[in-house]
Amino acid sequence: MIVNSKRTQWLAPVAVMLGFAAIEVISAHAEIPLGERRSGYADLAPDTKAMQDDDTANPGMLWVQDGEALWNAKSGAANRACADCHNDARTTMTGVAARYPAFNSKLGRPIDLEQRINLCRVERQQASAFAYESKELLSLSAFIGKQSRGEPIAPPTDERLRPFLEAGLEQFNRRQGQLNLSCGQCHDDNWGKRLAGSLIPQAHPNGYPLYRLEWQAVGSLQRRLRNCIVGMRAEPYDYGAPEYVSLEIYLMWRARGLPIETPAVRP
Amino acid sequence: MSKSRKTAATRRQFLAVAGGVASSAFVSVRHASATPASMASAIRQVTGEAVVQPGKVQLDVPPLVENGNTVSLMVSVTSPMTTADYVKSIHIFNEKNPQPNVVAFHLGPRAGRAQVSTRIRLADTQTVVAIARMSDGSLWSAKADVIVTLAACVEDL
Amino acid sequence: MASALINVPKKAKFGDVIEIKTLISHIMETGFRHSTTGVPIPRDIITSFVCTYNNEEIFRAVLYPAIAANPFFIFTTIATESGTIEFTWQGDNGFLATASATITVE
Ligand code: HEC
Ligand code: HEC
Repeated sequence: MIVNSKRTQWLAPVAVMLGFAAIEVISAHAEIPLGERRSGYADLAPDTKAMQDDDTANPGMLWVQDGEALWNAKSGAANRACADCHNDARTTMTGVAARYPAFNSKLGRPIDLEQRINLCRVERQQASAFAYESKELLSLSAFIGKQSRGEPIAPPTDERLRPFLEAGLEQFNRRQGQLNLSCGQCHDDNWGKRLAGSLIPQAHPNGYPLYRLEWQAVGSLQRRLRNCIVGMRAEPYDYGAPEYVSLEIYLMWRARGLPIETPAVRP
Repeated sequence: MSKSRKTAATRRQFLAVAGGVASSAFVSVRHASATPASMASAIRQVTGEAVVQPGKVQLDVPPLVENGNTVSLMVSVTSPMTTADYVKSIHIFNEKNPQPNVVAFHLGPRAGRAQVSTRIRLADTQTVVAIARMSDGSLWSAKADVIVTLAACVEDL
Repeated sequence: MASALINVPKKAKFGDVIEIKTLISHIMETGFRHSTTGVPIPRDIITSFVCTYNNEEIFRAVLYPAIAANPFFIFTTIATESGTIEFTWQGDNGFLATASATITVE
């Protein structure tokens, strides 16, 4: 009973936004022209912008600070720190986050930055992998991501990535969930409009991991994607699923050229 | 994650998105929340029976916030902040969180300026009140109305 | 220990009003929430924050659950002498964190 009434309340704003008739007609979306692409930062309220702009006020910097400590701490059976092999992240990690996910030859598939960190964790430090959304993995990826701040997103030109990019594009435009919506219907066709009070952003991955006010914490891009998938009333994939990696590849390609803002702040 | 847990979590989340009336995830909606009456009594705990006059206090809260979990607040008080005439404390209250108290700041002439910023939680659209106690014992106040919007696409926890 | 970010100017002129910013990682669990199975989640917040300047208290805050996660404060003090500015956060479940910064006053 109650579930039903709530359900129609959620449908209502979506229906108003898209127009029910339109939902039936739209099949292919126009991609946002490159010149009109803008970071989610552009849609923030002034006080949220201020929070991101000032490192001494941005709570995401607490994770960056923890990440730096982990970077320098010896760990695992190898008793090596990340810094023992990679030296000062301020120079060695610049631009790295801007070109992940990347194809890993050994695994024969693309991996995102979190998976790349865990590879070194397991193979080089001989320690156990950090769990998705663990404080450690978020801190390290925030710290590494921060070294690319201001760098334009530059997806690798690697032919081996193409099938995964195409899979990501297909996922982005596929209708899914009980609301029968695609990502593109909100983020390509209706960005800048409001959905029940929230502004629909263009869905760019350039701030991650980021401090989301809703989470009251730093979270990964995968966590953000799960939130939207649940919002569409579809079943989210498990953390680390290849579906997320291909979506991430497409989102990075779609956002090519936008500067990295890690750790950004979003509502 | 078991199938049944997933479904339950999804439904709960969906309710949170659809709720509209309710707050975002931070405060359990079923819980009794503070009322203007309980705010008044929390204020009396600080002021006693003394008169609170409007003025001297400036309360800056954005009129429309994107997420009630983190709302920027700045309070300042007109005062010379000398050893003879200064602000002793500033108290912040709200109407609709489960508890009417938000924070109390204790300062003195060494502050140089009576101005403090922090970030607060607001469960709902409501009024926030600031009361300053001066070194002469007088009490001054300001209030601000805040509209809290809901986040879309929230958590499956 | 919880990580904290402190911002105090390293140098100031005698008599200047300086701005101090502090940020500390803490979930600030309100005590008013329930888990998905309906079990109340116990309160776990920072309840007090104190700042001293060469051992004299210059600012104190009493916190309630309505302070946002990762508590953030900006406040001011007059630069009176060179020395140490210390910060102490205390809270539920024996939470205790400290930090300090030095300042040179000319
Ligand atoms: C024993 C040396 C060693 C240690 C310790 C180590 N790494 Fe690596 N790391 C490497 C090597 C070698 C590569 C590049 C080649 C490869 O493995 O494919 C690499 C690659 C990387 C890359 C990808 C860089 C790029 O340009 O694509 C990242 C990111 C990274 N490591 C992060 C970390 C982190 C974080 C830690 C600590 C948790 C760490 N590494 C610990 C040796 C190490
Ligand atoms: C019904 C509309 C809707 C659909 C469908 C939707 N989203 Fe979103 N998405 C939103 C809204 C609204 C936000 C901003 C949320 C907020 O501020 O609370 C958002 C935020 C995002 C962000 C964060 C952008 C930033 O600046 O950090 C990403 C990434 C994203 N969505 C990706 C997706 C993907 C991928 C899909 C499909 C699997 C999808 N979304 C489906 C409405 C939607």
